[in-house]
Amino acid sequence: MSGQPLLVVEGLRKDFVLPQPWMARLAGAPRRVVHAVDDVGFEIPRGRTLGLVGESGCGKSTLARCLVGLHAMDGGRVTFDGTAVTRASLARGELRRRVQMIFQDPYASLNPRWRVGRIVGEPLRVHRLVRDARELEDKVASLLVSVGMSPADARKYPHEFSGGQRQRISIARALSTQPEFLVCDEPTSALDVSVQAQILNIMADLQQARGLTYLFISHNLAVVRHVSHEVGVMYLGRLVEIAGRDEIFERPRHPYTRQLIDAIPDPAALGTRRAPIRGEVPNPMNPPPGCPFNPRCAHADERCRTERPRLRVHGASRVACHGVEEGRIDILPAGA
Amino acid sequence: MTEPSPLRERLLDIRDLVVQFEGRRGTVRALDHVSLHVNAGEILGIVGESGAGKSITGAAVMGLIDPPGRIAGGEIRLCGQRIDNLSPADMRAVRGRVVGMIFQDPLTSLNPLFTIGQQLVETIRTHLALSAAGARERAIALLAETGIAAPEARFDQYPHQFSGGMRQRVVIALALAAEPRVVIADEPTTALDVSVQAQIIELLRRLCRARGAGVMLVTHDMGVIAAACDRVAVMYAGRVVEVGELAAVVRRPSHPYTAGLMAAIPSLGKRVQRLAQIDGAMPRLDAIPAGCAFHPRCMQAFEPCSVRRPPLVRVARAEAACWLHAQDARNAP
Repeated sequence: MSGQPLLVVEGLRKDFVLPQPWMARLAGAPRRVVHAVDDVGFEIPRGRTLGLVGESGCGKSTLARCLVGLHAMDGGRVTFDGTAVTRASLARGELRRRVQMIFQDPYASLNPRWRVGRIVGEPLRVHRLVRDARELEDKVASLLVSVGMSPADARKYPHEFSGGQRQRISIARALSTQPEFLVCDEPTSALDVSVQAQILNIMADLQQARGLTYLFISHNLAVVRHVSHEVGVMYLGRLVEIAGRDEIFERPRHPYTRQLIDAIPDPAALGTRRAPIRGEVPNPMNPPPGCPFNPRCAHADERCRTERPRLRVHGASRVACHGVEEGRIDILPAGA
Repeated sequence: MTEPSPLRERLLDIRDLVVQFEGRRGTVRALDHVSLHVNAGEILGIVGESGAGKSITGAAVMGLIDPPGRIAGGEIRLCGQRIDNLSPADMRAVRGRVVGMIFQDPLTSLNPLFTIGQQLVETIRTHLALSAAGARERAIALLAETGIAAPEARFDQYPHQFSGGMRQRVVIALALAAEPRVVIADEPTTALDVSVQAQIIELLRRLCRARGAGVMLVTHDMGVIAAACDRVAVMYAGRVVEVGELAAVVRRPSHPYTAGLMAAIPSLGKRVQRLAQIDGAMPRLDAIPAGCAFHPRCMQAFEPCSVRRPPLVRVARAEAACWLHAQDARNAP
């Protein structure tokens, strides 16, 4: 990869302050804060896909919403194509045109009272990208065709479509402003597998044709492996490992990554015994000290329970794990 | 994988089951001559996409099909006894006692106003003649068996004090409370994270083996099927299109729909440039095509497919409802 990355995220932080009962507030109880995204950094080169995986509550959706400006960041810096993403730069609108988002639930993300044509055309009108109604109609028609739908569908309402077709409409809407970067938050999780394959194929075609850059968020490791060039693994608001796709799946280093890959039931790997991860994700309101994974990790020692590991380069990967850094954990190929 | 022996007791036997819903615009057939069985000590997976009729099959066994839906044909036998024509009162005695149910969402299947212990004791005492103290003892043993740490302390807690995975363990304990012979598990792991999902699958397998119960596991996730089941049935538009031993169906699918479904799943093991896709979508239940319901989307469809519905015929270690194989079967000596 030459040239600067399209997106650079450094030390991104997002906290949520939890409401306290009024009695506790009067008694001067300290504010309870959840660090939903805690010091996360990565880069995405132009035309590539970064996959982000993790279990529910790990902060992947919050991170996505910070990147498109749906949440204000509490710390860190996001640079898009050399320009810092701030409240002011977002307010100017240019960034919003170049960065779009596809949401998980195609039933909730389309206005049921608008016709498809108005839904897909709205970003064009908001950003004043068309001169008149005629041009709007033409653009909407070609957008619908580009996601495998018919121009006549513009006159229908969302309820007339299946989940997969609605997700195509969402993609058409996201593409309307000719963005360079798409944040996709679980875009196929609500879909059946045969429809998921259709949507993933469309997204791959569009990336090829338009040189799009994706941040692809999913809890499904197999989907992430299929679509991504690089993969990041999140746990309790932190990035615990990030590496090239084949590197992370063939030589996972962080114990959590390894166990996550082992836990996935895979029809292609029939009959292999899998070792389930022990325990569950801790309450994010009260994360364990030190490494967030230490209560579930077989390799945890005193240092893991007290000192928070930082993301460090290890071979072709970057890992936040004391055990890997000290050489206590052998790096074996996945499944060994 | 253990080989299911043909001599095993057939606990649940569904034959030619038809379920219909009467609507303003006519009758919709949600299940169309479905035949399945579950043996003792085995897990039968039922897989398919939304609207294929997997959950309706489970609901029919539980006697949970409400008007305007009704069982319009066929029969369901549980341990030899016919249950599809039982009165609501008789069915209530069967439900929970002989056949238990695990639902998808562990939050909505527990009552938030009662402690876990109260709910377990109520279920146990409804079905078994036990004293309050005996039921409590049994409830704690069940919680321990489903892998809940410190069951005595957890007994008096409310559902909101449990995490998602722990709640699903409680739901499983509830379903097993009266030692049912058959358990229907409808998407038991769909609401859970992968790490917890693997634990719950392990638990289901262990309990099924230990108690010799038969489990019907309904899911849309082929991965869960591969991890949990002994046999699998693939459903499409209210019909069983393929059923057989897990390895046979997953590795060498005989029906083009099963093959397409398997190829459409991104896999960690084998990498492909582009996913195979089945174009189109499952038909609506009020517009199921004549002949084989899958023929408009099938790459291998030929003359009989759009005319006559293919019967389930034996193909290697499975059965498939496809004219490609039915023709072979007819031509064979």
